Amino acid sequence: MMELLSARLVPNEVSKWKALMQELLIELLSEEIPARLQRRAAEDFKNGMIAGFSEAGLTFDRAEVNYTPRRLVLVVHGLSEQSLSVTEERKGPHTDAPEQAIEGFLRAVGVDRDHLEVRETKKGTTLFAVVKRPGRPAQEIVAEVLENVIRKFPWPKSMLWGEGKLRWVRPLRRLLCILSENNLAQVVPFEIDGLVAGNMTEGHRFMAPEVFTVNCFMDYVQKLRQAKVEIRADVRSEKIWKHASELALNAGLVVLKDNFLLEEVTGLVEWPVVLMGDIAKEYLALPHEILQTSMKEHQKFFSVLNPTSKRIEKLIIVANRETADCGKTIRLGNQRVLSARLADAKFFWENDSKIAKQGMHTWLEMLKKVTFHNQLGSQYERVERLVSSAALFASVIPNCEVDRVIQSARVSKVDLNSDTVGEFPELQGIMGGYFATQAGYHLTVSDAAKNHYKPLGPSDEIPHQPISIAVALADKLDTLTGFWAIKKKPTGSKDPFALRRSALGVIRIILENELRIPLSFLVNFFFVQHYFRLMNDVKAGELEAINVALIEWHDLPLTIRKIKESEQAELAAALQKIKQVVLQNTENLLDFFYERLKVFLRTQNIRHDIIDACVSMSHADDLTLLVHRIRALSTLLQTDDGENLIQGFKRANNILTQAEACDGVPYSELPDVTLAEQTSEHLLFSSLERVAKEMDIALQNEDFTLAVQSIGALREPINAFFENVMVNVDQSAIRENRLRLLNRVRCICLKIADLTCVES
Amino acid sequence: MLNSTSIPRSFQEIMLRLQFYWASKGCAILQSYDLEVGAGTFHPATTLRALGSKPWSVAYVQACRRPTDGRYGENPNRLQHYYQFQVFIKPNPADLQDLYLDSLAAIGINSDLHDIRFVEDDWESPTLGAWGLGWEVWCDGMEISQFTYFQQVGGHDCHPISGELTYGLERLAMYILNVDHVMNMPFNDPNAPVALTYGDVFRQPEEEYSRFNFNMANTDLLYRHFKEAEAECINLLNVDPIDQETGRRIIMVHPAYDQCIKASHIFNLLDSRGVISVTERQDFISRVRSMAKKCADAFLQIEERL
Repeated sequence: MMELLSARLVPNEVSKWKALMQELLIELLSEEIPARLQRRAAEDFKNGMIAGFSEAGLTFDRAEVNYTPRRLVLVVHGLSEQSLSVTEERKGPHTDAPEQAIEGFLRAVGVDRDHLEVRETKKGTTLFAVVKRPGRPAQEIVAEVLENVIRKFPWPKSMLWGEGKLRWVRPLRRLLCILSENNLAQVVPFEIDGLVAGNMTEGHRFMAPEVFTVNCFMDYVQKLRQAKVEIRADVRSEKIWKHASELALNAGLVVLKDNFLLEEVTGLVEWPVVLMGDIAKEYLALPHEILQTSMKEHQKFFSVLNPTSKRIEKLIIVANRETADCGKTIRLGNQRVLSARLADAKFFWENDSKIAKQGMHTWLEMLKKVTFHNQLGSQYERVERLVSSAALFASVIPNCEVDRVIQSARVSKVDLNSDTVGEFPELQGIMGGYFATQAGYHLTVSDAAKNHYKPLGPSDEIPHQPISIAVALADKLDTLTGFWAIKKKPTGSKDPFALRRSALGVIRIILENELRIPLSFLVNFFFVQHYFRLMNDVKAGELEAINVALIEWHDLPLTIRKIKESEQAELAAALQKIKQVVLQNTENLLDFFYERLKVFLRTQNIRHDIIDACVSMSHADDLTLLVHRIRALSTLLQTDDGENLIQGFKRANNILTQAEACDGVPYSELPDVTLAEQTSEHLLFSSLERVAKEMDIALQNEDFTLAVQSIGALREPINAFFENVMVNVDQSAIRENRLRLLNRVRCICLKIADLTCVES
Repeated sequence: MLNSTSIPRSFQEIMLRLQFYWASKGCAILQSYDLEVGAGTFHPATTLRALGSKPWSVAYVQACRRPTDGRYGENPNRLQHYYQFQVFIKPNPADLQDLYLDSLAAIGINSDLHDIRFVEDDWESPTLGAWGLGWEVWCDGMEISQFTYFQQVGGHDCHPISGELTYGLERLAMYILNVDHVMNMPFNDPNAPVALTYGDVFRQPEEEYSRFNFNMANTDLLYRHFKEAEAECINLLNVDPIDQETGRRIIMVHPAYDQCIKASHIFNLLDSRGVISVTERQDFISRVRSMAKKCADAFLQIEERL
C-alpha cells in the first residue's frame, strides 16, 4: 500500500541562536457579542490560532486571550519570525511497481521524479518522495491562519449582515492585527471580505469612542484603560464583586453571591460601575424568591440581604459607564423599571393568595386543560398517576404516610395555573409550597409541593423529608416511563425532556437518603399506568384494582398469577397483554439508570468496569445496595491485594474455562480435600473454607466491606497455589480435583461481583 | 416642536421626532398598515421587502393589537392596542447602531447620563417562518427597542440582510415623559387648548376590546373566518397569473398576504378567548406560516422575473 497521506515532517535545522521574537496582537471588534458566548468564543479563538500555528510550524512562547462584549483579543508572546523549514517525506510504491502506480504517487504528492529517493525498507526497495519546504514569514502564516479561524469559527449561531458573505456572531466591524518588536508595530497584511486589518482600535462606545493607534499589547491595554475599557474579564468581575460587597457592607447588608449572574454582567460591560438601589417599601413583603427572580432574570440585579431582618431590601446594579451625576439617573431609572415589574408581581401574588386560601380547587380543575405532552395527556392525568402511586411509595419509604403523599400529589402541580408562575415559570414548585401553606395543608405537604422538582441539576439539593421524597420520585419516574413508553428516549446530544437529569435525580435521591427501594418494580408500576392509558381500553375501576394488586405483590408476573387465582380473568388478561412490553421497557430503562450511575460515579473516580461487575449481580436495582457493593470492590481494587486477587481469579478462571471447553464438562462438584497433595493445596482448601463462611455471613448482613475484606485474604493462598502446584497433571483424578478447587475459588469470588468484567 | 435638544412634552412629539429624524436619514416615511397586526414586522413593507435584492429604506408608526394583553385600561403598562415605531433598511447601513443611538438623542435620551446596553435577543417569528439575530436595547434596565438583523423570512434566506429597529412607543414615551401610568401620559401638548391624555383617547376602547377579546368575540365566526382567509390566500396565489382584464401577468402577493395577516390576527383572538389547545396552537401556527411562506415564494418569483 502507498502511504500517501501519512507525511513525515522533519525539521531541517535547529537554530543555535534564539531567533528574533515578536509579539502578535489581534483584536476582533464587533457589535455586542451575547454575554453567555464570550468566554467560550475567546477560548475557541485562541485554540484555533494555536492549532494553526503548530500545523504551520510557527513556534511561540505563550498565548493569552481576553474578551469584552465587543472584543476578542489574542496576544501571542515570543512568536518566531518565520516557521521552521521542514522536509516532508512520503512513502510511495516499491521500485518495481507498475509505471501507473508511480505516476499516480507523483501526482498525489505533487512532485517530479527528481524528488524521489530509493530506500531499503523491511518490505523491500521503496520509493520515497522528499520535498524540502523552506520556512515562511510569520506574517504570511498569521494572515492565513486568521482567515481560516474567522471563516470556520464555531459560533453556535452566526449571521450575515449588509451585503457581505462573511458570517460572525454579530457584525464584525474592525480588525487590529499587528506584529511588534521593541514597541515597533507592523500591521499584518490581511483582508477578509473588505475588512482590512490595521493598527487602530476604539474605546468605550459612549465614554471614549475615539479611534487611536496601538503599537504593542502593553500599549493596547493601557490606552484602552484610559479609554474606559477593561479587556480582562477577571479584572472586571473582581471589580464588580468588590465594589458590590463594599457598598452592601457599608450599609450593614450582604450581597447574595451568584456566580452565574456575575459572569453574565461581566460580559455586558466594558467599564463596570456598581450602584446600589432601593426596593420600594410596598414590595419588601413579597416572597424573597419573587424579588430575587424579578431582579435577576429581568434586570440582572444582585439581591442585597439584610442579615437582621432576613429580607432582601436592596439591589445592586452594574452599569456600563460613569456619569456626571454619579449614576443618579441610572439608579432612579432602574428602580422605576423594577417597581413596574414588582407592581405586576405583587398583583399576581395577592390574587393567587386569595385563590390559595380558598383551597385551590379551581386550579386543580384547570389542570385538565394544561397539556403535559400531547401523547401523555394533561397535567391532571399526570397528577392522577402520582396519586395512584402514593400507596406504593408509602410501602417502600420509611415514615411515609399515604394520605399525605396523596394530598401532596394533588397539590403538586396546581401552581402551574397561578398567575405568579405564569409570569415566573422558574418559580414552579416554590410557589406551590407557599400556596399549599396558605391553603392550610400540613408542613410536610407544602414541603413536598415545593421540593418535588428537585434536584434541578447535579449540584442542586435533594429532598429529604419522606413525603417530598415520595412525590419527587413519583414525578420523575412518571416522566421517565412516560417518555420511554412513547419512544422519546434521549439520543446523542438530544434530550429535550431532560430525561438524563430526571434519572440522575432519582439516583441521587435514593443514594443520598440511603433508601432501600426495588427500583425495577417502581418502574414496572408506572409503565403499567402509561400502557393502560395508551391502549385506552381499561376502565378506571379496573386500573385501581390492578394497582392494589401490584402494590401488594411487588412483582408483575406474581401479580398476574395472583389475580388469575382470584378468578378475575379479565384483569389478568389485561395485565398479561402488556406484561412483555412492560418488562422489556423496564429492563431498558434500568440500563439507562446504570449508565447514568456510571456517569455520576465517574466524578467520584469509580471505574466503569467495577460498576459493570456489580450491576450484573442480583438485586442490582436496589441502588443503595449496589453502590455499597461498588464502593467496597473499588476500595479493594485500589490495594495491591485487590489487584493480585483479581489476577489470581483471572488465572483460575482462564485455566478452568480452557479445561471446560476442552473436556466438554463442567467442574462444578466440590473438590475432595483428601486428594490434596501439597501444603499450598491444603492451605487453599482451608482458606476457602474459612472465607466462604465469613463471606456468607457478611453478605447475609449486606456488609460488603467485610465480605470484600475476607475475600482479600485469599490472595496469598491463591498465589502460593499457582506458584507451587501444577493443575494439568497426568493423573486425571488429581487434575479433576484441582480444577474443582479452582471452580470453588471462582464461585466464591463471583459472590462479590462478576469479576470477569474487571479490567486488570 | 422638533427642537431635538429639549425633552419632548407629549407622546405624539416623540412619534413626530422619530419620523423627522429617520426622514432626515433618508427613510421614506410610511403610515401604519390598515389591517390588524400583532407587530410592525407584519407590515408588508417589512416582511415582504426583506426578501429579494432591491434596496429599501422605510420608517413608520404601526398600530399593533395583542388581544391577550388587554387589561381593561387598568394596568399601567399593558395594552391590547399600542404603537410601535419601525425602521427597516436593506441592506443595513454599517453604522446602524450609531444611527439608532443618535435617534435616542433626538427624542431626549442623553446617553451621557443614561446606561444604554445591547443585550442579546434572538428574534424568531414562527408564524412568519422568520428569524434574525440582534438585541433588545436597554436604557437604565428598561427594554426600549428591538434591534434585529433579518436572516430568514418565509423560509427564505435573506440577502442582502436588512436591519430592523422596533421602538415600543408607549413604554419609551412613559420613560422619557416620566409618567407611571400609561393612561396619564399627555398625548398632545399639555398646554394645547384641548389637551388630551393617552387615557382620553384609549381608555374606553381598551375596556371595550378587553371584554370583546376575552369573552365576547364569536369563536365559531372566528374559526370560519380563519378557514376562509386561508382558502382565499391559497386561491389568490394559485389562480392563473394572467389577468383577464388587462392581459398582463399579475401575481396577487399583497392581497394574498393580507389574508395571511388576517388569519394571524384571528388566531390571536381565538387564543385570547382561551379556546385553543396546545396541539391546536401548533397546527394554527404552522398553517399561518405556510401562508406566509407561499406569499414569500410568490414575491420572490415576481422579483426574479423583473
